[in-house]
Amino acid sequence: MHPPLKLSVESPAIEQETRTAEERDLPWQVVVHNDPVNLMSYVTMVFQKVFGLTRENAERHMLEVHQQGRSILWSGMRERAELYVQQLHGYLLLATLERTS
Amino acid sequence: MEIRRQEDCIEISELDPFLAELLRQVPESTNTEGVESAQQRLFSSPAPASEREMCAEWKLYVEPELRRLFHTATQTVALDLQQLNGSTKPFANCTLRIPAKNSDAWLNALNQARLVIAAKYNFSEADLCDHYRSPIGSRRDLGLFQVNFYGFLQEFILHGLEKE
Repeated sequence: MHPPLKLSVESPAIEQETRTAEERDLPWQVVVHNDPVNLMSYVTMVFQKVFGLTRENAERHMLEVHQQGRSILWSGMRERAELYVQQLHGYLLLATLERTS
Repeated sequence: MEIRRQEDCIEISELDPFLAELLRQVPESTNTEGVESAQQRLFSSPAPASEREMCAEWKLYVEPELRRLFHTATQTVALDLQQLNGSTKPFANCTLRIPAKNSDAWLNALNQARLVIAAKYNFSEADLCDHYRSPIGSRRDLGLFQVNFYGFLQEFILHGLEKE
């Protein structure tokens, strides 16, 4: 017969989260910036692929980038916004993640 | 040069030696080594500089993924370009077939090449809109011609994707 098992569980190390929950949950926005090299048709195609926009909507954002220098493509939770920016960088677009003011 | 869409590929025929050479240079042109501005453009910051923690994490976790993605696209293009090495006559026109399944890789590699060349020669918007400058002036003029030629190819590939 086995002796009763003595279970000793060490206290788990709790990692310090440097950001507060409030900071993490603030809406973030995905901003695409103008660059003279990327073709307009290419940028439109990328917006359609990444954000599932209609052709008209994608073109509207592309023209906003071209004329105003930037366009906000999406806003919401940080994790998803990061994924969008990563995808946009994969297509070589100039995109950033910014806190909604 | 003739470019036409076939069922499962884009065929670029009657490629003269000069344009064939420009195409051969696509993979090499994506190399950012020694060109700081090109590296900064291909691996641009994901957030304003004030978001230090986010930018540091990005460098650590996302940049290697992006490098892999860009490298894979360039490798695919380099393999397709091996078709241009088959000719026995040194100055003969040749044909390149880009498989439709490789369209995304071509779009990516051509874009990398255009961005790196533009960063290297610091092309302005006005430079990039000058479609009539001869490529036979300086290395910079040739670079501009390359950027525009690669852009033309991108447009053609994109046009095909829109129809799908």
